[in-house]
Amino acid sequence: MAYSDKVMDHYENPRNVGSFEKDASDVGTGMVGAPACGDVMKLQIKVSKEGVIEDARFKTYGCGSAIASSSLLTEWVKGKTLEEAQTIKNSDIAEELALPPVKVHCSVLAEDAIKAAISDYQQKNKE
Amino acid sequence: MLTQDYFELFGVEPGFEVDAERLMHRYRELQKVLHPDRYVNASDQERHLAMQQAAQVNDGYQTLKDPLSRARYLLTQRGIEEAPEQATIRDVDFLEEQMELRETLAEIRSDADPQGSIFHFLAALNAKEKAYISQLSAAFAEADEAALNEAGALVQRLRFVRRLQQEAEAIEEELL
Repeated sequence: MAYSDKVMDHYENPRNVGSFEKDASDVGTGMVGAPACGDVMKLQIKVSKEGVIEDARFKTYGCGSAIASSSLLTEWVKGKTLEEAQTIKNSDIAEELALPPVKVHCSVLAEDAIKAAISDYQQKNKE
Repeated sequence: MLTQDYFELFGVEPGFEVDAERLMHRYRELQKVLHPDRYVNASDQERHLAMQQAAQVNDGYQTLKDPLSRARYLLTQRGIEEAPEQATIRDVDFLEEQMELRETLAEIRSDADPQGSIFHFLAALNAKEKAYISQLSAAFAEADEAALNEAGALVQRLRFVRRLQQEAEAIEEELL
């Protein structure tokens, strides 16, 4: 199957690969997996006291579309508030990367990963 | 018409533990009965029906033979609906273990003894698969709602393990 140029670009030059200290209080970690394809995705955000995402990292084991979806997402969430990041939809990612229908589930994985990361951060930091 | 119930079709007790020998024996019997050679002089309609039934027999055999697909079939039969294909899981401990295994596998080619490493990796993975299968067997023996939900979670884990096995086997092949 042919990948779009944008997928290829993120696949060959993934942005923000790596990880943060997961126990740090300003870090939220989202860990999700898709049983259907066996993909595993870890997405981490570093959040300022004002609730703005300052930085993001990811590590994904899966197909090119899953890697591109998480790479793109780390670019998108930087500078966004948690509330703004919460509204990112998988369809936005799928559209930007021109994912074919059979690969849309990769963008679902990315949306679930950012939601999980935000909820992990909020759990850690609730009064 | 053949029965729609695969356990009935092959004359084995419905459940996770199946009599593999009986299953294969009945499969061969059905294959013989439905073999195209026997329908050379039959009507188009009869021949078509035999072909459909042979396909159904094949599907049934593949479904019951493999513990993972058997478990999925059983869960559907017991009314436990399978999560949609897009559904994701958030079981952090399990996913972290999966991530570590993926990391190990990704670096295995640059090991000092990649062939030995992949051999051990696959052996450990196969042991893990076995452990999940025996947990599945226990859950289906229990058969109450909580146990069946547990079986559903085990099925999902097993799908990750299978995927990893495929990738590891591909690397093993490459290293031979």
